[in-house]
Amino acid sequence: MTATMEVDGLSVDIRTPGGTIRAVRGMSFAVHSGQTLALLGESGCGKSMTAHAVAGLLGPVADVAGGEVRLDGVDVLRLDPAARRRLAGPGLAIVFQDALTALNPVYPVGTQLAEPFRIHEKLSRRAARAKAVELMERVGIPEPRSRAGAYPHQFSGGMRQRLLIAMAVALRPAVLLADEPTTALDVTVQAQIMELLAELRAEQRMALVLITHDLAVVAEQADHVAVMYAGSVVETGPVAEVFRAPRHPYTRGLLDSVPSGAERGGRLRSIEGSPPELASLPAGCAFRERCPLARERCATERPPLVETGTGRASSCHYWKELADA
Amino acid sequence: MLTFLRRRIVSSAIPLLVVILGVFFLARLTGNPANLYLPLSATPEMRAEFAARNGFDQPIIVQFGDYLAQLSRLDFGESLRTAQPAAEAVLQAFPATLQLAGVTMLLAVVGAVVVGSLAAYRPNSAADRGASFLSATAASVPDFWFAIMGVLLFSVTLGWLPTSGTVGAAAWVLPVATLLIRPFGVLVQVVRGAMVSALSAPYIKVARSKGAGDQRVIFGHALRNAAAPALTVAGDLAVGLLNGAVVVETIFGWPGIGKLMIDSILQRDFAVLQAAVLLTALTIFALNILIDVCYALLDARVRQGVAA
Repeated sequence: MTATMEVDGLSVDIRTPGGTIRAVRGMSFAVHSGQTLALLGESGCGKSMTAHAVAGLLGPVADVAGGEVRLDGVDVLRLDPAARRRLAGPGLAIVFQDALTALNPVYPVGTQLAEPFRIHEKLSRRAARAKAVELMERVGIPEPRSRAGAYPHQFSGGMRQRLLIAMAVALRPAVLLADEPTTALDVTVQAQIMELLAELRAEQRMALVLITHDLAVVAEQADHVAVMYAGSVVETGPVAEVFRAPRHPYTRGLLDSVPSGAERGGRLRSIEGSPPELASLPAGCAFRERCPLARERCATERPPLVETGTGRASSCHYWKELADA
Repeated sequence: MLTFLRRRIVSSAIPLLVVILGVFFLARLTGNPANLYLPLSATPEMRAEFAARNGFDQPIIVQFGDYLAQLSRLDFGESLRTAQPAAEAVLQAFPATLQLAGVTMLLAVVGAVVVGSLAAYRPNSAADRGASFLSATAASVPDFWFAIMGVLLFSVTLGWLPTSGTVGAAAWVLPVATLLIRPFGVLVQVVRGAMVSALSAPYIKVARSKGAGDQRVIFGHALRNAAAPALTVAGDLAVGLLNGAVVVETIFGWPGIGKLMIDSILQRDFAVLQAAVLLTALTIFALNILIDVCYALLDARVRQGVAA
């Protein structure tokens, strides 16, 4: 089965006054239509940067330094800008984190929702507006016809996120990237938004890439997970298997730091230390300094992502020790 | 919108009264018109008769009261010099100034939006640095110096452009260029700054993620968000333009309201001077209200009184 989208060895450089920093280092993952892949990692590990690079939305100071992003076999990074724009919407769409700043404050939401149809399908204003109202109805905005003329500040946070999702799925994209879509929301609203995303994914047979730092979201929503650390994937596989038997010490550490009801009153566990500075990444394994399994080989040799079973991979030299334990 | 307008108009009334008061008394400090309009050999009787005819014999407070009473009937008095109604003299001169200022402002705004947006599109590129350097220079050049250099080079040395007058397109070049240079320089910088911040907003990425091209992103999504600061400064500059007209109209002999003001000060033509200043002040108030209306039209949050 060929994947809908394959990211292969993707690297992103950020240019700073102090020199170039490699923020994403050889990211590889694949996602299939109708399925959800979670990109899991802590802040600053390059999750969002990866999504922006895939969507072609890197800012003026960041560049793709290498790798491929294949959408149905075509490397989108090699397309000319016009061809790339034609894919933005029907091929690949993205839902952003903060829906307040992601909606343009000076235009009515109906106008913004109509834009994909205006750009890609060259619909008339009237026809595009009608489609926008349909979309608003689909994502659960009450009284869509009259609310289409309202402005972003007149909606609640949850409603704004619904609008943003509606805009992203307008053209039934093959792949939808959702960049921490619920971070800015109340817990109760978070669940509703995740539910909406899951519904739309099933309905439109989209491949969903869910970027998150929330283990619970991954467990509930995703089919596969790619755990990221310092700009690359350290472990990947089906969520149930990875969570039951992690094959990378970082994944293990993350899972161990989830408090369980049984240990009420005890100390919370955490991974010792803090993530390395991307500007001065040590040679060898990036997780070495925080790793309970680390030994000399880890300081010199960067572990490649190797297959550890059907659909599973880990970038630890000593993954077998975890698997056996 | 209507209550908003009414409030703005009422709040303009007090500053307008201060202007009327200030001009009336300051004008009378310029000297006694009798010295100008009567021969040196005029007898005290002739002077007294001149003063009585023009009401200058009354205490100044009474004169001011009379003036206010006149104003309330929309009577602006008559020119000492020509006996023409002052309102007529001012309204004759005003279109020339408005045309000059209007053409200048139009060129400044359109030019600055284009240059500023292009500079902001790629911050720190060669084009951006060039635009920043040129606009900083343009914003710092003193207009009277620029005018005189322009006349020396293009009129005296090269003989391409007339030194004064309003006839033909060539006559417009130097006055417009003189008035244009500073507002253009300032506006380019303001538009660039506002556009740099608008273009880095998340909604720009969202627009791109929908497949919007550069033109749509810059002029559709970013420009309207960048409009408020540019509008504020453009309004200020337009006011400055009306004032700057005094210098430019004097240098180029442009028959506008600036030249009329200078002439009426030199001639102690109080009624004309007062009418000219009053009209200028009214124009400036109107301009400010217009700008507030533009804010409201551009941004629903202003319209609904939500802090943006």
